[in-house]
Amino acid sequence: MIQLRAVEKVYRTDRIETIALSNVNLEIRSGEFVSIMGPSGCGKSTLLNLMGLLDVPSEGTVSLAGESVVSYSDRQLSRLRNRRLGFVFQTFHLIADLSVVDNVEIPLLYRRMSGSERRRLALAALERVGLSSRVHHFPAQLSGGQQQRVAIARAIVGEPDVLLADEPTGNLDSSMGDEVMAILHDLNSSAGTTIVMVTHDERLAGQTGRILRLFDGRQVN
Amino acid sequence: MLKNYLKTAIQVLRRRKFFTFISLFGVSLTLVVLMVATAVFDQILGPQLPEIHADRTLGVYSLEMRGAEIISDSDASYWFLDRYVRTLPDIEKVTIFSQAARSATYLDGEKFELYFKRTDGAFWQVYGFDFLEGGPFLAEDDANAEKVAVINETTRRQLYGGSKALGRMLEIDGQRLKIKGVVRDVSFLRQDPFSDVWAPISAARSDTHLRPAVLGSHTGVILARHRGDFPAIKRAFQARLAEVELPEGYDELSGEANTHFERFSRVMSSNQERTVASPWRLRFAIGLAMVLFMILPSLNLVNINVSRILERASEIGVRKAFGASSWTLVGQFVVENVLLTLIGGGIAFVLSGGVLSLLNGVELIPYATFQLNFRVFVYGLLLAVIFGLISGVYPAWKMSRLHPVTALRRRSL
Ligand SMILES: Nc1ncnc2c1ncn2[C@@H]1O[C@H](COP(=O)(O)OP(=O)(O)OP(=O)(O)O)[C@@H](O)[C@H]1O
Ligand SMILES: [Mg+2]
Repeated sequence: MIQLRAVEKVYRTDRIETIALSNVNLEIRSGEFVSIMGPSGCGKSTLLNLMGLLDVPSEGTVSLAGESVVSYSDRQLSRLRNRRLGFVFQTFHLIADLSVVDNVEIPLLYRRMSGSERRRLALAALERVGLSSRVHHFPAQLSGGQQQRVAIARAIVGEPDVLLADEPTGNLDSSMGDEVMAILHDLNSSAGTTIVMVTHDERLAGQTGRILRLFDGRQVN
Repeated sequence: MLKNYLKTAIQVLRRRKFFTFISLFGVSLTLVVLMVATAVFDQILGPQLPEIHADRTLGVYSLEMRGAEIISDSDASYWFLDRYVRTLPDIEKVTIFSQAARSATYLDGEKFELYFKRTDGAFWQVYGFDFLEGGPFLAEDDANAEKVAVINETTRRQLYGGSKALGRMLEIDGQRLKIKGVVRDVSFLRQDPFSDVWAPISAARSDTHLRPAVLGSHTGVILARHRGDFPAIKRAFQARLAEVELPEGYDELSGEANTHFERFSRVMSSNQERTVASPWRLRFAIGLAMVLFMILPSLNLVNINVSRILERASEIGVRKAFGASSWTLVGQFVVENVLLTLIGGGIAFVLSGGVLSLLNGVELIPYATFQLNFRVFVYGLLLAVIFGLISGVYPAWKMSRLHPVTALRRRSL
């Protein structure tokens, strides 16, 4: 599903050059549930951004469903992101001005779809994460765990092929974390969604199909 | 898509009350000034009573005679207009009238002044006055030098209180005139039809107006059959100028038959210019002035919007991550801004109504009633949209360029 070949990512600022990723080669197969682990600053979020077509590698190629996307235009990339990918960000990134249900509808706004259909799907996604009672609240009125679940609802509402989750349980206590994991496992097994998840929690990583480990921008076995 | 844009825009404006308030304040204030200016222009130039045929009229307002040593310019004389303009071929009508001049009148032995205009029977056909009593004096009245007059509503009130004026006598300009009709007030800004009292030219005490002289103190207004006849009429008028026999010492006569707008352009442009400034130039100048006037508030709004990019970075990142292309975001932000300025336009429209009724109240200009009509509304709408675009496009473009990863790195919720 996702393929990275000889990927390098270097951040250059005025004086400093940070090598965030170096010679990364990996393949995520369709239907897999993979976790990425490694110490803070080792490049996990950077790797997830590359897989999610939010960023371009300094060297190497990223392919989605067998096609290299390095030369894709902004329009083509946005279309791919819209149809095939769903994100859960490390820091939720809910839009404060929009209600919960409007936040969840965002991915559907960029598809041809009626407003009522959009609303129906958004409510279904919220139901799935157990937030049906909070649809008209604003993000600031929710607890951290509830915000996390809104972020998950938004990521899955468009039924993406691939779900990229950056520490989706990072802000949750362990029971809440288990709930979120249950949702992800359910998506993976029932809908066949490919999931790549960054986590610091060995226990949760152990529940996934495969663990990728990074250290200082490099893959380790 | 537009529906979604609008929905989001409304949500953002509602949630960011402080931003919305500050922005609307600036937008409304700017647009109030522009809408009041538009209403004033409309009052001067827009087609309205009594200039109902304004789009079909050409006026001869001034002439210039040049000789080797001397240049004279002035209004045209009655003699010239009657002889050379009234007889132009293929036109519907010509009316000739004097400038409304202050004239003394007496009421119960007390003297006061009224605007007084001398004109002909055709005047009442070229202009569509609203008669409250009686009717106009006719061509026969003019031909027979009948001592009759038409007065306006305010004069009737001043002279006779609330009662009817028809058939009463009015002493003005040293004559006693019988009132034949009462019309609704006409704005001072409508210089051609404007006056307090109108009476036949032929009934004037002296007949100086009949003396053969090119220059004088009258205006001729030609009512064309169609607007399309203007070029032909103008050519015919120029041909007539060439026929006029000039007094000694002069060898050239120039003048033009101008539309309202042409005349206005001429007045607005420098007096030195002998040829009439193109009306397009004035239109352009007015448009430019309005846009320039919007520049500063626009920059202010641009500034507010650009500084909000940081605030909205996370939103931009999220939208891009979930499939918004840069252009979609440009669309969204521009729609947000135009919606803002349209709301500002709505507020400005209401406020302008207040400002104009205040202006009307202080009676700065006799009988001018500035009003917000459909035309002013359409121009106002246009102004608001232009304002929205000027101030929205750059910030929108700038926002949309933000790289999704950079955008998402800024922490918010
Ligand atoms: N935009 C950037 N500019 C400069 N350096 C960057 C940028 N983004 C990331 N880095 C650097 O790249 C490295 C990898 O960052 P990344 O965010 O991928 O780490 P991470 O593994 O996700 O860490 P954490 O577990 O704390 O989230 C870090 O050293 C970071 O400082
Ligand atoms: Mg990270």
